[in-house]
Amino acid sequence: MHYRYFPGCTLKTQAKEMEDTALAAASALGIELQELPEWQCCGAVFPLSDDELITLLSPVRTLAAAGGEPLVSLCAACHHVLKRAQEVIKRNPDTREKVTDFLEVDYAGEGRVLHFLEVLRDDLGFDRLKEQVSHPLAGRKIAAYYGCLLLRPAKEMQFDDPENPTIMEDLLRSLGAEVVSTAYRTECCGAYLSVTEEKVATATAEKIVHSARRAGAEALITACPLCRYNLENIGGPALPVYYFSELLAEALGVAALKEVARG
Amino acid sequence: MIFSESYHRFIDELKKNTGQDPNQCYQCAKCSAGCPVVAAMDLLPHQVIRYLQLGLLGELEESRTPWICASCFTCAARCPRDLDLARLMEGVRLAVLRLREGNRLSPADLELTPEQLEKLPAQALVSSFRKYAK
Repeated sequence: MHYRYFPGCTLKTQAKEMEDTALAAASALGIELQELPEWQCCGAVFPLSDDELITLLSPVRTLAAAGGEPLVSLCAACHHVLKRAQEVIKRNPDTREKVTDFLEVDYAGEGRVLHFLEVLRDDLGFDRLKEQVSHPLAGRKIAAYYGCLLLRPAKEMQFDDPENPTIMEDLLRSLGAEVVSTAYRTECCGAYLSVTEEKVATATAEKIVHSARRAGAEALITACPLCRYNLENIGGPALPVYYFSELLAEALGVAALKEVARG
Repeated sequence: MIFSESYHRFIDELKKNTGQDPNQCYQCAKCSAGCPVVAAMDLLPHQVIRYLQLGLLGELEESRTPWICASCFTCAARCPRDLDLARLMEGVRLAVLRLREGNRLSPADLELTPEQLEKLPAQALVSSFRKYAK
């Protein structure tokens, strides 16, 4: 299985452990993630006003660089921006013409845009993943935290049920963990408000972590570096927060092999 | 009710750019009930739409609410009228940034210690400058 891979800024800095563990796991599972050459920022936030063309340039440049091959991201925010930028290009010929003319690329919205979790679920399959698990996470009580960007808007993201998603719980079960259900798993963590309105972000993150703790979770998993930052930066005792890929690599017994994948 | 010409210009541009018509809203307030950051807002999310319907643009310009909205899309996912309030909020933010011809956040405003800056994901800084500055 061959894919083009877009890391994004945070996976090369604060979230290096997400990239290391995901690449090690992918390599063990026979999933080849080939990094795009000279990639740039995904755009960070999807432009919600149609006259904001300039903020579409970097995601469309990235999409065009994949050359129609399936394009995989690990960061929930990067995936969100790339997926929705592709929808704009597919649905709005006028915007497509302006953006692709400016970039001098030929791109009409081709190629699958995937989050790595979707590759595991839809292309590999959780049943096949389960067969590869050599160090099951038996007895570990883990809660999945989805946040916003993977799920919403569901019509565009087409990732999972936006109010009752199961993909991360299904992943945890295939890794042998005990799934803990929590009330706030699809609520916003506070996002970038931690930069300007720290108290607001802390309050949203606390609700999520405290509800997971009350439900009996020992740890949370996420697919977003900013979610992890906010969930770890609450007042009072926190729960450990892992990237989904860290537990995946651990269950596959490849946590120590990251140098191989980085190769 | 008779609205000014400048209101019509504003609302036409808002509709065109966001694809959302505030007059579609019947004020059920489901958006406000589900908003995870509502406690920090001065206007509730459904009130922002009401203010748009009533042409109270000056009040919206002064409101803290559009800057608290983090575009989590929970309101849009639950709206029985299929309105995307996150887009309307973006339209209001952009209008304010453009009208004032000034940014709401500059690097000098950041009150972050060097340790915090090192830990804070790069995506948070890029996102906040994308939302609060043009």
